[in-house]
Amino acid sequence: MSKNVKLRKGFDINLAGKAAKEMVDFEPAQTFAIKPTDFVGMQRPKVLVNEGDTVKAGTPILFDKAMDQVQYLSPVSGEVIEIKRGEKRKLLEIKILADKEISYEDLGKIDLKAIDRATLVEKLAAGGVWPHIIQRPFGVVANPADEPKAIFISAFDSNPLAPDMGFVLQGEEGYFQAGLNALTKLTSGKVHLNVNGGEKVPAIFENAQGVQINRFSGAHPAGNVGVQIHHLDPINKGEIAWTVSPFGVVQMGKLILEGKYDASKTIALSGSELTTRGYVKTISGASVSTFVKGNLQSGNIRVISGNVLTGEKISMEGYLGFYHNQITVIPEGDYEEFLGWLMPSTKKLSFHKAIGMLSFLNKGEFKVDTNTHGEERPFVVSGVFEKVLPMDILPTYLFKAIIAEDFDEMEELGLYEIIEEDVALCEFVDPSKNDLQQLVRSGIELLMYS
Amino acid sequence: MKALQNLFDSIKPNFEKGGKWEKFHTLYEGHRTIAFAPDLTTKSKGAQIKDATDLKRVMITVVIAMVPALIFGILNIGHQHFLAVGEEVTWIDKALFGLWSVLPILIVSYAVGLGTEFTFCVIRNHPVSEGFLVTGMLIALVMPPHIPLWQVALATIFAVVIGKEVFGGTGMNILNVAMTARAFLYFAYPAQISGDQVWTYLGDQTPVDGFSGATALAVAYNAGVEGVPASQALAEHNASLGADFSFMNMFMGWIPGSIGETSTLMALIGAVILIYTGVASWKIIVSGFGGAYLMGVVMNLFAANEFMAMAPHLHLVMGGLAFGVVFMATDPVSAAQTETGKWIYGFLIGALTIIIRVTNPAYPEGIMLAVLLMNVFAPLIDYYVVKANKTRRLQRATV
Repeated sequence: MSKNVKLRKGFDINLAGKAAKEMVDFEPAQTFAIKPTDFVGMQRPKVLVNEGDTVKAGTPILFDKAMDQVQYLSPVSGEVIEIKRGEKRKLLEIKILADKEISYEDLGKIDLKAIDRATLVEKLAAGGVWPHIIQRPFGVVANPADEPKAIFISAFDSNPLAPDMGFVLQGEEGYFQAGLNALTKLTSGKVHLNVNGGEKVPAIFENAQGVQINRFSGAHPAGNVGVQIHHLDPINKGEIAWTVSPFGVVQMGKLILEGKYDASKTIALSGSELTTRGYVKTISGASVSTFVKGNLQSGNIRVISGNVLTGEKISMEGYLGFYHNQITVIPEGDYEEFLGWLMPSTKKLSFHKAIGMLSFLNKGEFKVDTNTHGEERPFVVSGVFEKVLPMDILPTYLFKAIIAEDFDEMEELGLYEIIEEDVALCEFVDPSKNDLQQLVRSGIELLMYS
Repeated sequence: MKALQNLFDSIKPNFEKGGKWEKFHTLYEGHRTIAFAPDLTTKSKGAQIKDATDLKRVMITVVIAMVPALIFGILNIGHQHFLAVGEEVTWIDKALFGLWSVLPILIVSYAVGLGTEFTFCVIRNHPVSEGFLVTGMLIALVMPPHIPLWQVALATIFAVVIGKEVFGGTGMNILNVAMTARAFLYFAYPAQISGDQVWTYLGDQTPVDGFSGATALAVAYNAGVEGVPASQALAEHNASLGADFSFMNMFMGWIPGSIGETSTLMALIGAVILIYTGVASWKIIVSGFGGAYLMGVVMNLFAANEFMAMAPHLHLVMGGLAFGVVFMATDPVSAAQTETGKWIYGFLIGALTIIIRVTNPAYPEGIMLAVLLMNVFAPLIDYYVVKANKTRRLQRATV
């Protein structure tokens, strides 16, 4: 029974710098990195290679001692050039210098008709694609020992400047369906594929078999899988659901049909400060310098792996995150503005209509920098978060429960249903400028580890 | 602007760690962020962009919404004064007289309040918050026109310290700070903030024959006691001066009262600004007026005395109901914070105001106590709304 859900709450941030729907050419990246910090919930990463080792695409690089079946594989073939550690020897990056021609480890094709669930799980975990499966609650890499009540795939990204999934995945139909077939074996419940009800559904999703296709329409965060789960089959205490990105499904399909760890992906180059914007084919963990250097409109910029709401600031020599499908470059906002809190403007983007905030009159695109536009304050204004979170959850009370470290309240108010990305808009619109995503993660950690 | 920036930069070392005024660094930052929106950028993880609205802008929106009430109040104080002493003067004279009455109160309220706030910021080492921008204005607007300035100062200190800072500052208070100031004066120095003598300033001049300084509420209440129809008593009051308590006069606000509260029209203009900008909850405002009207109707049903029998729409324009519902009840910190809770909270404020007005002989004005009482009960209302949300989640799990 497919569902059609219309969401009334939310806010679309209309940023300047959309990626044109065309492929652009850049020199391929030379170095690639696996960042253990990308994998939320990884507790004790253990590296399996040393500096100087040569690896193939698909060679195991590290695993988490807390969940040792799940392997994290090298996206390319080449030489391990650096294992970068931070304070207290915290593992930050494993850098690999890629060969010109990539050679793959043979991981063995998977015959879905013949295989049982346990062996399939084993193969996916050893085949490097398991980290694409995220567990709800908590938003961490799924535990292969669990069986989820359902699996959810959001087939569209409603974040600002987000890549168009239909465009990114064109030509991957066969792999996508193979990935879906594998997922249906992992749960006795349903596999939900949630498409954008507001526009034409790309064929790759429209023709998907064996899954329940649901339509979601409305402003961001309609594309957030957490919001979708809330309206389809919400997570209660003690239940587990899994989520996978469409890109993850495709990569699973490649493992199944070809027997190799193929981490290539098409990413969007977006943001107002890039000269050439569009889509480019690269590989997971690529160094972004080749896409950014020489492609900038100004000097004082911030490079973000991912989108502007949930992404991560990286340097110009930084690496694309494992879960990210876009690079966004926007101006850095480290300037003071004379009476910036008082001056009227139609160019400064705001969800609110407080005196002088006239952006609602401006139907065009907004160039937004990283300035916080104010200092951090206690919660004062009420009723704002509720307008951008289309869930039956009381965000302010949930945040206060986390601040107070009240475990019962956190549970009862719905912390099992949200992760950082679901409150990203709350964080954006908050006039008190609190770091709500970080707060939600700290609450989740309290629930997980105590 | 570069010069001002340089000035700030040049004195900055004194406020940094090890500088001679290190203790006062929150004041330095407080002033600098007023002159210049700070150069802070978003953290490396999480939202990389933030909304252009901050708390300063939210607060200044509320202040701007109160400006019509302030300007009208200034005019009205002059108007009432010259009406009472029987002099015909120009509007400019009335405005000047009003300014001469109101400005000192406004200055004392802001100066003393900000002084107290700054002191606490330095002692507690927390940033200067913008909450008092609104409170300072509110305190001035709910004072009688010629209240002794030392009382304003005392009430402001009491409200900021006991009403707010002991709870942890802006955003943490339980009671509306400005209402706390007024309630303090009301119970500590009732002679200067209640009765028939304080709402119109006479100075050493004698009032004209037939003048009475009573407020509409007092007149209506006495009508109830004496058994005269309230509408008749209101219409006859100061009728010889052309300043009767007709619906129109009370709606416009040409009546004696606290500085900013007399005009329902100005409060409504403020309400339009607050609702349009989304700063105040329209639910509280609408349900506040609704609750007052409905309770007026209920009073009519009983009609034990003439005040209870008064037409309910008159309640909406008398006293400080409109001002209180629009500017005091909507204070987001002390109001109910759930959307359902806001309906209940506003409704009860309106209804309680009328009950207190009509049935309590000691307090002719009900809005002050109604707001404070509901401030106390707002967390309880929210508690049940939140509990309902939790129950929905729990039931879903067991189905």
